[in-house]
Amino acid sequence: MSIDKEESVKKLFTAESAKVDTNKGDAFYDELYIQCQKRIEDLRKLEPLNNRMDFTKSIEEQGLERRDFLKWASATTAMMMLPASFTPLVAEAAVLMNRVPVIWVELQDCAGNSEALLRSDGPQIDEIILDIISLEFHETLQAASGHQAEKQMDEAMEHFHGKYLLFVEGSIPMGMDGQYGTIGAKAETFHEHLLRAASGAAAVVAVGSCATYGGIPAAAPNPTDAVGVMDVIKGKPVINIPACPANPSNMVGVLLHFVLTGTIPELDSLLRPKFAFGYRIHDNCERRAHFDAGEFVEEWGDEGAKNNFCLYKMGCKGPMTFNNCSIIRYNEGVNWPIGVGRGCIGCSEPDFWDKYAYERPMANAHIKAPTGGVEKTVDEFGLGLLTAASIGIGIHAAASAVAGKKAEGGQY
Amino acid sequence: MTETAEEHGFHKTDANGNKHIIVDPITRIEGHLRIEAVIDSNNKIVDAFSSSTMFRGIETILKGRDPRDCGLMAMRICGVCTGTHYQRSIEAVEDAFNITIPKNARLVRNLIQGSLYVHDHLVHFYHLHALDFVDVVAATKADPAATAAEAAKWAKVAGVAPYTSDPAEFKVIQDRIIKFVKEGRLGIFGNGYWGNPHYKLTPEQNLIGVAHYLKALDIQRDMAKMQAIFGGKNPHPQSIVVGGVTCVQDIQNPARIGLFKQLLQDSTEFIKRAYLPDIYMAGTMYADEATDKDATFKGVGGTGGGILSYMSYGDFRLDDTGFYNSALLFPSGVVLDGDISKAFDLDETKITEDVTHSWYEGTGAPEHPYEGTTIPKYTGLKEGEDGYKYLKTDEKYSWIKSPLYDGKKVEVGPLARMVVGYVKGDERIQKYVGNFLKRANLPITVLFSTVGRTAARAIETELMADVMLEWVDELAKNAASGDLSTWTDFDFDVVSADSKGRALSEAPRGSLGHWVKIKDGKVENYQAVVPSTWNAGPRGPNGEVGAYEGSLIGTKVADPEQPLEIIRTVHSFDPCIACAVHVVDTKGKELAVYKVDPTCAF
Repeated sequence: MSIDKEESVKKLFTAESAKVDTNKGDAFYDELYIQCQKRIEDLRKLEPLNNRMDFTKSIEEQGLERRDFLKWASATTAMMMLPASFTPLVAEAAVLMNRVPVIWVELQDCAGNSEALLRSDGPQIDEIILDIISLEFHETLQAASGHQAEKQMDEAMEHFHGKYLLFVEGSIPMGMDGQYGTIGAKAETFHEHLLRAASGAAAVVAVGSCATYGGIPAAAPNPTDAVGVMDVIKGKPVINIPACPANPSNMVGVLLHFVLTGTIPELDSLLRPKFAFGYRIHDNCERRAHFDAGEFVEEWGDEGAKNNFCLYKMGCKGPMTFNNCSIIRYNEGVNWPIGVGRGCIGCSEPDFWDKYAYERPMANAHIKAPTGGVEKTVDEFGLGLLTAASIGIGIHAAASAVAGKKAEGGQY
Repeated sequence: MTETAEEHGFHKTDANGNKHIIVDPITRIEGHLRIEAVIDSNNKIVDAFSSSTMFRGIETILKGRDPRDCGLMAMRICGVCTGTHYQRSIEAVEDAFNITIPKNARLVRNLIQGSLYVHDHLVHFYHLHALDFVDVVAATKADPAATAAEAAKWAKVAGVAPYTSDPAEFKVIQDRIIKFVKEGRLGIFGNGYWGNPHYKLTPEQNLIGVAHYLKALDIQRDMAKMQAIFGGKNPHPQSIVVGGVTCVQDIQNPARIGLFKQLLQDSTEFIKRAYLPDIYMAGTMYADEATDKDATFKGVGGTGGGILSYMSYGDFRLDDTGFYNSALLFPSGVVLDGDISKAFDLDETKITEDVTHSWYEGTGAPEHPYEGTTIPKYTGLKEGEDGYKYLKTDEKYSWIKSPLYDGKKVEVGPLARMVVGYVKGDERIQKYVGNFLKRANLPITVLFSTVGRTAARAIETELMADVMLEWVDELAKNAASGDLSTWTDFDFDVVSADSKGRALSEAPRGSLGHWVKIKDGKVENYQAVVPSTWNAGPRGPNGEVGAYEGSLIGTKVADPEQPLEIIRTVHSFDPCIACAVHVVDTKGKELAVYKVDPTCAF
């Protein structure tokens, strides 16, 4: 790895842009509150785009309590890193989400993000489809095929010109003049299809690792010259929601933020919403205490594994990965990769397939300590925190430095 | 003339008066698929071509990597059958390393995989396929009280209490749909083939379908949770490693196993009391299509019957004797040409892939996957005078290769598993298939049709849900006995020096094989032959038609402008096209130069 690349990665971990400011002061939030109120008033004046029922009515009809809805709104407010006083506004915005049309296109994808959307629980997918958003085009879900499908998209683009959010799943193959992927009777390339779909969008939301940074098709040697949306779309807001797949809560969060404020959320230098990608996995990991205590899983299924010890030595990339999965988890909070005893593979970071997605630890990654601004290696960082537990950290530092066991065959 | 054709969904009329239809995109599938069909003046499909229009190159990307990391990447071949590719890839490496995994690991993998089966089949039927049978708009005309009675009627056929029996509940759903249909844009239901004469359900039956479509959106989230309990998340689980599984804390925690069991029981309720009755309902209403009146399909089966040859690699190990010695839930085997009097044993050396009609450079003969090459040779489409692009069907016309078994095209999937198991005399499969046919009052040959393919998937779902309950109890019992072993140790340096392995088993969509060659601790060659490659592949070297193409030819369409029958039959296979196109080598890139930096990036 070249010095340049190492420098750029170090810069990424220490970038100001990754720092999330959870309290921006009363003046900031007062102003935002007024902005949101005005936005909601404006939306109220609009007819729903499709005259669908509103969210509250829908949940009442399904026998859910208003209290449950507010509970959801409260949790979502916290997820978006807004003060609790915003909860009623978030609830209002959710009710008005059917004013925002969505067109969802699939390029070099595996449908994993569409599948993830189907797992959305807050709000639930049937509400999303029928009541909440105006989902105008979605190949995996829509009834029409063939020219009827093409017409559906053309009409939606025209009808909602300048208003719709374009969600993009999958990377864009740029090799061979884009012909690695075509769609429709005229065999439009994915590149052309994306440019056309984006032309009338208010903003473009790239969902999942492929759409954000190229993902698996772009892994070395990148056979099709695949790239992410932000490499192709210029002159229009692009929001990246990486991860493989993206967490549906973050998809809803971005959508809701747009409804609530009329603007896109604050983004980091990689165009990720800070509310979701402002922390490292490591910062909020349930196994963090074991890292600090120098207690590690040393091989799959050992005593450490049975005791939920830290997975760093088994290759966990939580310390260098920015995402909120350690907070919100997956599938309605049922589990997440570290919960299941397999370390983080860094799927919300660029090039993670070549940098992180392997079973061994990174011995020399320089990361910024969450408790201070000082850049340290993971081992130094562990030492700094663990002045007392000298035995534990001794094991940690020694073993991590040589990257573990003989099984790795002296690769390190 | 051109404009009219475009408006009407067929893009040219040839000298014989045949209409040439392009259906692209085929929606409600995974991936990018194009079907072109030729329809004669009697509205009969006389020719059909299946083409995939996207690829990524994952096998190439796997070359040079550590074999232990392949599972995570191979899984990304697909976001739907994701856990299956994960497991197959890990198993191919385990086969190469000669590793037998512990009992807990086998049971957990079976449960992760089983969860995927029930989830995938349910989502497929309701969300990807049902709209080919259920007319959403017609549901607005239903009488809710009569709907409840209708639901009770089909539940009775299935021998259960109906899942939804309250007219008021149907009324609420109907009101929701009425608003949707009458007042606004239809969103994802927009521009469907509503009102097509080949929608055969009554308004009440359509309302049942819509109600269960919505309920199934709910249930599938629970089914995905089952996979997440032992898999970490869904899609793209993360707990399977070479040698075993990592989720030891979920195995040793009775509350986790209890939650799994609860979710499974809730899911099973829906499968038995909604999914199966709906299949009896649809099967009965579409029964005339499941008989071969015109003898198009060799006198057995019916519309969409296709090539009538079936293959299963077999799957779900039931004991811990290791690879290819264990008893299996689904037997392996081959049934040929609709002859259900005998099944042949599977001979994996007879599996080859041909590229005569695929956008790859051929070596002259079909190749076994261990020796498989993939050198692209894209020859594009032909632009017509009407501005549309047509497949060059005499030459190469798809990114999907054309797999053959002993030189023949075979169909894979739930229907193939049920047929092979039934003919081989598997007791469990005979019981579930027999029970279904008895209740529906139909012979086994009706399964050889579009409707039958859909029914076979439902039969398998019920079987799977029941057997998973046995497995989860077995896991709880084993963990309670103090066995918490989840991983088998191996000396990587020794076993990865020079070896090869394969995993041959089943995905929800059919037979899935991963083949890996390993040298000096790195992947030397990697090939996957997936279910949709078998079913969706183009013509073979001597013009042999694949399962999609064969099942479309002979089908009568009600209205060529609305090719409902085409998407219905194609959907009955549950296409997974990203899976089918994962191969590519590229010119202009020297693969030898590429190496994964073992210190990884820094």
